[in-house]
Amino acid sequence: MQNTSVDFERQVTIKLADAKLQQALSRLQSRFVEGRAAVISEISDFEETRSAAAAIRDRVLNDLEHWLMHFEQQATARGAIVHWAETAADVNRIVTEIAALHGVRTAAKSKSMVSEECGLNDALELAGVTVMETDLGEYILQLAHEAPSHIVAPVVHKNKEEISDLFAEKHQLPRKTGIAELCREAREVLRPAFLNADMGISGANFLVAETGSALIVTNEGNGRLVTTLPRVHVAITGIEKVVPTLEDVTTLLRLLPRSATGQSITNYVSVLTGNKNKEDHDGPEHFHIILLDNGRSSLIGGEMQEMLRCIRCGACMNHCPVYQNIGGHAYGWVYPGPMGSILTPLLGGLEKSPDLPNASTLCGACAVVCPVKIPLPDLLRKLREKQMERGMKSRRETLSLKAWAWLALHPPVYALATKFGVRMMSLLGGKNKLLHTLPGASGWTDGRDFPAPEGLTFREMYQRRNRQ
Amino acid sequence: MNAREKILGRIRNAQARTNGAAVTATHTEAVASHLALHPRGPLPPHPDNLLARFKECALKLSSDVLETGDRKEVPTLLARYLNERNLPVSGVCWPSLAGLPWSTAGLDMQPRPAKNQDLVGVTGAFCAIAETGTLMLLSGTETPATTSLLPETHVAVLDPRRIVAAMEDAWDLLRREYKQPPRAVNFISGPSRTADIEQTVTLGAHGPYRVLLILAPA
Repeated sequence: MQNTSVDFERQVTIKLADAKLQQALSRLQSRFVEGRAAVISEISDFEETRSAAAAIRDRVLNDLEHWLMHFEQQATARGAIVHWAETAADVNRIVTEIAALHGVRTAAKSKSMVSEECGLNDALELAGVTVMETDLGEYILQLAHEAPSHIVAPVVHKNKEEISDLFAEKHQLPRKTGIAELCREAREVLRPAFLNADMGISGANFLVAETGSALIVTNEGNGRLVTTLPRVHVAITGIEKVVPTLEDVTTLLRLLPRSATGQSITNYVSVLTGNKNKEDHDGPEHFHIILLDNGRSSLIGGEMQEMLRCIRCGACMNHCPVYQNIGGHAYGWVYPGPMGSILTPLLGGLEKSPDLPNASTLCGACAVVCPVKIPLPDLLRKLREKQMERGMKSRRETLSLKAWAWLALHPPVYALATKFGVRMMSLLGGKNKLLHTLPGASGWTDGRDFPAPEGLTFREMYQRRNRQ
Repeated sequence: MNAREKILGRIRNAQARTNGAAVTATHTEAVASHLALHPRGPLPPHPDNLLARFKECALKLSSDVLETGDRKEVPTLLARYLNERNLPVSGVCWPSLAGLPWSTAGLDMQPRPAKNQDLVGVTGAFCAIAETGTLMLLSGTETPATTSLLPETHVAVLDPRRIVAAMEDAWDLLRREYKQPPRAVNFISGPSRTADIEQTVTLGAHGPYRVLLILAPA
C-alpha cells in the first residue's frame, strides 16, 4: 500500500469536518473501549498477565534469529514451505510464483494487514489471479475500492446505509436494510468463493516455534474456510510474530481478544501445522508460510525494538483521542493510531511521515491499555527527538524553540518578557478576559478562545510571598 | 546471499552489537531449555466446578447446552432440539458417532465429511475448556474439520470428563495423547459472528449460525 502519510495535516482538516465519520468513530468508544473494560476484570491479575506477555515478546525479540530458525525447522519438518521476504515486493513475487506453480486462478483471502502492507491483491490481479476478500469488513472495502481504516474493524468508517447501497449496487439484489440481512447476503455471495478457490491466503497472528504452527484468530469463520478448503494455503506474516511455546501463545491469547474487541476469546482460534495427510479429507495439500521483514530487522537491538512486541490488537487506537477524532485513513498507511504513528515512520522512513510522531497529545492512554506494555508515548518522543537531531522540524518550530531556549538561559530577560507579555494579554483580553486571536497561534484560537492571564506572573507572586 | 541469510544476518549483527559476540551457544541452550520446560504464564484461579463453569461460559458465548447421562439418548435430544426450531433433520456426523441410534430418533446422519449443502454437522471434541466455554477439535481422517464449519448448525457431543480448566491443560492433554499437533487444532467458542457493520454483533457469519453442545459420558 502506498504511504501517503506526508499528507496528514490536510487529511486531518477534512476528517474533522466529516460529521458521518465522527458519528461512526463514536461507536468504537461504546463497543470496544467499554467492552475491553468489562472483560479485563475476568483476569484476576491483569497487570501480571501483561508483564508476562511483554516478557514473552522480549524473549523472542532478544533472540529472534534462533527462534525464527527453530520455527522454520519445525514447520519444514511438518511439510510446510517457509519463504523469506525482505520487502513487500518480494512477498508479491513469492505469492505470484506459488500461484503460477500450482495453476491457481482464484484465491480467497482472510484478513491480513501484512498483505495490505504489500498491496498483494493488486499484484495478484496483475498476474491474472482473481482475489476475493472474505472477511466481511475487508469484502465491503474491496467492493468500495477503499483501504481499511482500523486494523481490527476495517470498515468502522462506514455506516450500514452506505453498505446497503453498496451491496444493492454490486450484488444486483433487492436492497437490504438490517445488519443481519446484510451479513446473510454477504455469506451467500461469498460461500462459492471459498468452495471454488484454488488458493487460500491468510495472515498469522502468531507463529509457534515449538510446533512450527501458524495461529489464526477469527470470529467469522472465513479464516478457517480459506485454510481448510483450497488446495493451497499461503500464510503471510512478519518475522517478529514468533512465540516460543503453546503455553506462551496461550498467555498472549488471554490478552489479544480482550484488548481488541472486548471478547474473552475469539470464536475460532486455529493452530495450523503442516499440510494434509494423504488419507485426510480436508486441508491444503500445500502449505506455504511467508516471513516478511520490510524494515522490521532494522529495529532489532535498537532503542525502538519494543515496538516489535506489538500483537496488533488495536487497543491503542481505540483509546487514542487523536484517532477517535480523525479515524484511520488520515494516517495515510496501513497502521493508524499510536502504533501506526510509530511503525509507519520506522518502516517507511521518518522523512515520509513528518507529522505522525507529533500526532499525539502524549496523554498516555495507549501505554496504559497496551497488552504487551509498549511504552508508546516514549517511542513517539524518541521519534520527535530524531526529527530535531536531523533538522527535520519546520523553520518556524526550530526558531521558536531557539528563541525560547535563549530566553530560558537568560532569567532577567525571561522575567521581563513574561511580565510584559502577561500585562499585554491581560489588557487585550478586555472585559470578557478572552483572546479571540493570538499571533502565531491561530491553530489554537481558530477553534476556541484563549483565556487571558490575570494578575501577576508566577515569579512576581513567588517574590511577594517570600517577602511576607 | 539469499533473503533468508540476509534477514537472519541483519538480526545476528544487531544482536551481537547489544549482547556481545559470544552469545550464540548460550542462546541456543536457552531456546532448548525454554522449549523443554514450556513454563505456564499467570493462570486464572482453578474453578471449583469445571462442568458448571464450562456451561456458564458456553451459554455466555451463545452456545446451546443439553445434558444426558446416557450417550444413546443423544439422537433423541438432538431431534427435539432441531424440531423445536424447525431445522432440517438430516446432515453429517463424524464416523466415530455413526453407531448412535440416529434413525430411531428420526434423524438421517451420514458418516462422512460435510459438503456445502449439508445443514447439520455432528462432531465429537478432543476436550473442552472451562475457562472460556471453548471446544477443542483436532482435524484428522476420522474427524474432518469441515463438519464443524460448513453446516449452519454444529452439534458437538462432549464427554463431561474431558472438560479441563484452562487451555494450558488442553495442551498437556494433547502432548500426552499425541506426539505432535494434527494439521489443524480448532478451538471453537460458540456460533460464528461478525461485528464489522457498525460494531453490532451478528451471529452466523461464514460458519455455523448455532452451536449445540450435548454433554454425554462416552
